[in-house]
Amino acid sequence: MLEVEGLKLYYKTLKGHVKAVDDVSFDVNDGELLGLAGESGCGKSTLGNGLILLKPPMNYFGGKVQLDHTQLPIDDFERMNDFRFSKLSIIPQYAMDALNPTRKIGVYIREVLQSRGIDPESIMDKLLERLKFVNLPERVLKMYPIELSGGMKQRMVMVISTLLNPSLLIADEVTSALDVSSQKAVCLMIKGFKDAGIVKSLIFITHDISVLYQIADRIMIMYAGKVAEIGKTQQIASNPVHPYTKMLMSSLPEIGIRYTHGILSGIPGQPPQLLNPPTGCRFKERCPLRGKECDEEPPVVNVEEGHIAYCWKVTQNA
Amino acid sequence: MLKAINLSKAYSVGSLGKEKFYAVDNVNFEIQEREIVSLIGESGSGKTTIGKLILRLTKPTSGKIVFNDLDITMLKSLKEYYKHVQGIFQDPFSSYNPIFKVDRVFDMVREEFYPSESVNSWKDKVNGVIESIGLNPKEVLGKFPHQLSGGQLQRLLIARALLMETKFLVADEIISMLDASTRIDILNILVKLKERGLSVLFITHDLSLGYYISDKTIILYRGSIMEYGETEKIFNNSAHPYTKMLLNSIPSLHQKWSNTDVSLSGRSAPVGYCKFYDRCPLGDERCKNIELRKVEENHFAACKNV
Repeated sequence: MLEVEGLKLYYKTLKGHVKAVDDVSFDVNDGELLGLAGESGCGKSTLGNGLILLKPPMNYFGGKVQLDHTQLPIDDFERMNDFRFSKLSIIPQYAMDALNPTRKIGVYIREVLQSRGIDPESIMDKLLERLKFVNLPERVLKMYPIELSGGMKQRMVMVISTLLNPSLLIADEVTSALDVSSQKAVCLMIKGFKDAGIVKSLIFITHDISVLYQIADRIMIMYAGKVAEIGKTQQIASNPVHPYTKMLMSSLPEIGIRYTHGILSGIPGQPPQLLNPPTGCRFKERCPLRGKECDEEPPVVNVEEGHIAYCWKVTQNA
Repeated sequence: MLKAINLSKAYSVGSLGKEKFYAVDNVNFEIQEREIVSLIGESGSGKTTIGKLILRLTKPTSGKIVFNDLDITMLKSLKEYYKHVQGIFQDPFSSYNPIFKVDRVFDMVREEFYPSESVNSWKDKVNGVIESIGLNPKEVLGKFPHQLSGGQLQRLLIARALLMETKFLVADEIISMLDASTRIDILNILVKLKERGLSVLFITHDLSLGYYISDKTIILYRGSIMEYGETEKIFNNSAHPYTKMLLNSIPSLHQKWSNTDVSLSGRSAPVGYCKFYDRCPLGDERCKNIELRKVEENHFAACKNV
């Protein structure tokens, strides 16, 4: 179980702080897959990386992160080594390039395990079982990364990331380079890690809400470094309340929608600069419902059980 | 208007380049005037190579491309051709030189293609096309690329392509780098331009974008066309197992994935067999030398079961 409270992660630049994750609070329960969605630059990858590998130019500016009721020292790079890989792990966005090209994959895994003080032999059976779990033949261990296809490398990284049964797994844009059929297979595989009890909770980061609808238990929408809305998957899909979520969802074409049946429209304007962002709601410049109060920090509104939104214009039980 | 006839592009691979890898393998299609055709395939399927062949950024190994009855495959002087056929690519930032203002891409078109045009009348023309794609010239001209958003830069590249007597546009993944909330606006521009007489080859890996915008669809897999025809027919009455698998895997916001299994990509199909042979649930020894067959009017598929 992961609890995040008031987390602030800023990038230090010469001009000032880029507030990529600004006062973000959420939690992920045991046995739960939380989907994290937003456009490029909304801070979703910063959040995922910040939880596990916080290093300059990214800086910690406050907030509390607890994993299974133990506080994570995310701002202490050295002390986090006690948690990385064993308690929380990540499948990075660049998973296909994450393997060491000069080592056979079996040798590489051995080295990674030894670096954590784990005897590789003690884990061999588990490794072979996991390879089967993701449909990879045993002989890949004797191969170099270059001999594997992109999809195979990615599945290999999935196996390595979860080898020590971490409590929390973060999957960052793992399917963005795949076609829809491979995307489906990989998504179901990752969900399978949770369903099989290999990992307890999962954060699945993507820009594609419709992928989250397939696999997530709850969905969190971010905009410009802030949380816009969190709710159960069904609540977000059928009753989005934040103006940003609503507009984003209506600008996505789905199969069955053609321009001849009616032109879809995007959201006018662009996301704000996160260096000196505007005060108050960060969506206000593009929001059709903007009012005076939007210059103040938006309140968190309990829309219904398990469904919250940060917006002045949302009312309870809307 | 534009025809690809038995088009192939092979690259040499392996030690000493003995083996041939066919990025595009015997592809045939035709694009009419005022038509948007989407070319859909996964990464590595050869869709970008087809775009490059049409733009003559690379030459085919065999086969030809015919534009308005002119075989351009081995054409020496391409200047006249480029007045009519233009391309836009995925990453708008890399199409600009970051040390020059964005105006330079427009000036270069004049210097290269219309040197006799006066600077002032050219300026009016530039302002005209920029307005026609929904931007305010005052807001974008005189700026450096880093001062504009990806969506604005991409629109300016569309404007640049329209400065000539462009009749055919190759649009290669032009919105995949843009923010989700502004993507659809670029697609709507293409629709508007089509209504004014432009033809577009819309290259994408996203089926729902293809469905939204195109009149015809080509489904490409490992360099070969699996299915080809009117968009509505391909999506609503698909005939090829690969197309069916793709359509089954599209994540939709209001419908969960069906329980049908997807097989992951295997190694490769044996020579002469259908490219989808190794993943296909219906694959057997009859899947050899299959050409496109007619399913119904304006709808073709390359499968033995058609």
